[in-house]
Amino acid sequence: MDTFIQLTIDALTLGSVYALIALGYTLVYGVLKLLNFAHGDVFMVGSFIGFGVLQLLGGSSDPIVPIWALITLVTLAAMVGCAALGVVIERFAYRPLRDAPRIAPLISALGVSFFLANSMQLLFGAAPRNYDTFALANGALYLRGFDIGDVRVPLLRIITVGAAFVLMILLWLLVNRTRTGKAMRATSFDREAAAMMGIDIDRVIVFTFVLGSALAGAAGVMFALRVPTQASIGFVAGLKGFTAAVIGGIGSIPGAMAGGLILGFAESYTQGYVSTKWSDLVVFSILIAFMIFRPQGLFGRADIRKV
Amino acid sequence: MSDSTPHSAEVPATGPAVGQDEWVARHDERRRARSGWLGLVEGRLRTVPWWAWLALFLGAMCLLPVVESSGYVRRVGFDTVLYMLLALGLNIVVGWGGLLDLGYVALYGVGAYMYAFLASDQFGVHLPTLVAVPVVVIVGAVVGLLLGLPSRRLTGDYLAIVTLFFLQLFQTLTTNGDSAFGHDITGGPNGILNVDPFHLFGHDLAVQHAGVFAVSYFYVALGVFAVVYVALRFVNLSRTGRAWRALREDPLAAETMGMPVNWLKLLSFSFGAAVAALTGTLFAALNSSVFPLTFYFTLLITIYVMVILGGSGSQPGVVAGALIIGPLLEILRDPGKSRWVFFLALLAGLALAFRLSRQLGAIVAATAAFGFAVHAIAGAIDSSWVAGEHAAGFAGAFAHWVVVPAHLAGWLPPVSYVGLIAAALGTTLLHGRLRLVALVPTLYLAAFVWENVMLDDPDATRYIVLGVVLIALMIVRPNGLLGERRVEIV
Repeated sequence: MDTFIQLTIDALTLGSVYALIALGYTLVYGVLKLLNFAHGDVFMVGSFIGFGVLQLLGGSSDPIVPIWALITLVTLAAMVGCAALGVVIERFAYRPLRDAPRIAPLISALGVSFFLANSMQLLFGAAPRNYDTFALANGALYLRGFDIGDVRVPLLRIITVGAAFVLMILLWLLVNRTRTGKAMRATSFDREAAAMMGIDIDRVIVFTFVLGSALAGAAGVMFALRVPTQASIGFVAGLKGFTAAVIGGIGSIPGAMAGGLILGFAESYTQGYVSTKWSDLVVFSILIAFMIFRPQGLFGRADIRKV
Repeated sequence: MSDSTPHSAEVPATGPAVGQDEWVARHDERRRARSGWLGLVEGRLRTVPWWAWLALFLGAMCLLPVVESSGYVRRVGFDTVLYMLLALGLNIVVGWGGLLDLGYVALYGVGAYMYAFLASDQFGVHLPTLVAVPVVVIVGAVVGLLLGLPSRRLTGDYLAIVTLFFLQLFQTLTTNGDSAFGHDITGGPNGILNVDPFHLFGHDLAVQHAGVFAVSYFYVALGVFAVVYVALRFVNLSRTGRAWRALREDPLAAETMGMPVNWLKLLSFSFGAAVAALTGTLFAALNSSVFPLTFYFTLLITIYVMVILGGSGSQPGVVAGALIIGPLLEILRDPGKSRWVFFLALLAGLALAFRLSRQLGAIVAATAAFGFAVHAIAGAIDSSWVAGEHAAGFAGAFAHWVVVPAHLAGWLPPVSYVGLIAAALGTTLLHGRLRLVALVPTLYLAAFVWENVMLDDPDATRYIVLGVVLIALMIVRPNGLLGERRVEIV
C-alpha cells in the first residue's frame, strides 16, 4: 500500500510534467496542423534557463532571495525565455514554410530539434545539471508536507502538481473565455475563414507558440526540480509529451491533460511494479492501441475530411 | 547519371506530349536555358545516357583505393558508400512516396542485428553469407511492412509518430535485450561482438590486410550499391514507381484514380526497409560488431540531410548528398581542416548570394578590414585578449585577424553564440544596404565563435552544422542540389 501511494504521488508529478509538454504540442497542432518536433528541446532549454537563473540567484545552498521567490523567479525566467525561443523558431523555421508541402516544416522541425540539442551540448557540455533541491532551506521542501498513512507527501511535489494544474486552468480559461482564445479557436477551426473575418493569423500563431513554449519552460523547471537535467533529455521528453497529446486527442486541451496523467500513471506503475527498463515499451503499446482502436484519442473529434 | 525521373528527360524537345502537364509547366524554365557554348555543352551532356554516368562514377570510385593507400581514407570511402546506400533507401520513402519515415535507421539496425544473429556466436548460428543476407533483406522488408500497418488508416503525421516510436522501441529492445525474461538476446548496451565477416566464393573477406583497412569490403559495397541503384531506377520507372509519385503529389487524387494508396505506402516503406537492412549487413560484417546507439537520432538526421541536400526524389541527387556529407562529417572532426571548410563555405555562401559582383568584393574586404581593426583595438586595450593560441593550421595574417583571448570568460561562449544566432537571423530580416552593413560584423562574429567556441567541441559542432543545413535547405532550396522543383499544377 505504501508503495502504491508513493508511486501515485510520483505518477501525478510525472503526469503533470507530461501534460504541460503535451499542451504545447496540442496548441500548435490545433492552430498550424504541425507536429512541432522541436518542442521537447524547448522544454530542455527551459530546464537549462532555470538552472542558469538559479545559479545567478546564488544557487540552492545559498540563495539571495526567499525560497518561494526563488522558485517563482526560476520558473518565470524559464517561461519567458522559452516563449522568446518559441517565437524565434516560429518566425525563422516554420513561417517561411507555411504554404510548402506538409513534409517540409516537419523536416525543418527535426533540424531545429537537432540544432537546439547540440547547441546546448556545445555550450554547456553533456554533464547533468542538478538543481540540488534538497539543499534548499535544509531540505524543507522534502521534509515538510503531509502524511498519507506512513507515506510523506513532500511539499515539493505538492507545489509542482499544484502549479501545473493552476497553469492548465489558466490556459483553459484563456482559450475558452477570452477574445484571443476565441481567435485561436477560430484559426484552428478554419484558418482561411478566420483570416477573412479579420483575425490576424500571424499574431494568433505567434501567440500560440508563446503559450506552448512558456508551458514547456515551466515543465522544464518542474522536471529539473525532480531529477537532474541534461542536453539530451529533449528527445525522449518530447516523444512522451507527444504521445500524451495523441492519447488525449491531438488538438484538445483537456485531452492533453488527461493523456499526460495517463502516461504518468502508466510509466510510474510499470517502473514500480514491473521493471524500469520496459516502461517505454508500455508507453508505446498504449500509443499503438490508441492508434488502432481510437485514432482520434480520448477527447478528439473523428477527423472528417472535406474535399 | 542523368535525371532519374523519366518524364522530364525523355520528352522530345519538339512538341508537348499528351498528358505531360509538367512539360507545359516547365516551358518557362526551358526558354530561360543557357545559350552560347555553355548551353551547347549543357545540351550535349544531357544526351549522355544515365548508365554512362553511373559507369563513370563507379569507375572513379573504384580508383579511390588505388590512388589512396591510407587505411583511414579507404575506411571513410567505405562508410560513404554505406551512406549512399542508406540515402537511396530513404529516398524511396521520402522522395518518391512523400512519407516521413523517422524509424528508418532502426530498420538499418534491424538488418545489422539480424545479420549478427544469423552469423555470430550469439546463438551459435553461422549461416553462409549468401543465405544470411537474403534472409535479412526479407526480414527487413517484412518489418517495414509491419511498421506501416498501424498507421494504415491514418494521415501522414501519425505515420511520423509511429515510425519515431519504432526508433525508440528499437533502442529499448536492443539496450535492454540482454536480460529479456532471463535470456541474453541482443547483448544489451555492449552489443554483439565477433560477427562473422562476409564469406564469398570460398574466401573470408578480411577487414584488415597487413594492418591496413582492406579494400575488398569497399568493392563489395560498391558492387551492392551499383545493383541497388540500377534496380531502384527500374522500380522508379515501373508502374509502382509512377504510382508512388502520384501518391506523393496528391494522395487523394491518386486514390480517386483507383490506386491502392495504403498498399503503395506500405510498399514504399518495405522497399526502403529492405535497402536499409541490406546496408545493415554490410555494416555488421565490416565492424564485426553491433551496438544499439549506432542506430539513433543522429544517424537519422545525417541521412535526412543527405537526401534533402542532394534533392529528394532524385537518385543521382541523394548519392551526391551522401558523397558531400559523408566525408564532410569526417573533415569536421579535425579542427585544422574544418576551419578551411568553414571559411570556404562562408565564401561560397556569399558568392551564391551575391554572385560575382562588386558587392561581394566589398563585403569580403570590409570584413577583413573590420577584423584587423577589432584585433588591433582589442590588443591595444589588453594584450591578453588576443594572446590566445590558435588551433593548429593557420598563422600569419589570420592570427592578426580573429581575436582569440588567452582565457575565455565563462559567460563569453553562450553570449557570443546566442549573439551570433541573433545577428544572423536579424540580418535576414534587413534589406538593401542595411543588410550589407549588418553582414560585416555578423561574419566576423561567426569567425570569432567558430575559433573560440565551436572548435572546442568538434562533435557537437558537426551536428549543429547539420541541423543548420537542414533548416536552411528546407527554406532556401527545398529541392536540393539536383532535385526537381515541385511543379504546382492547379
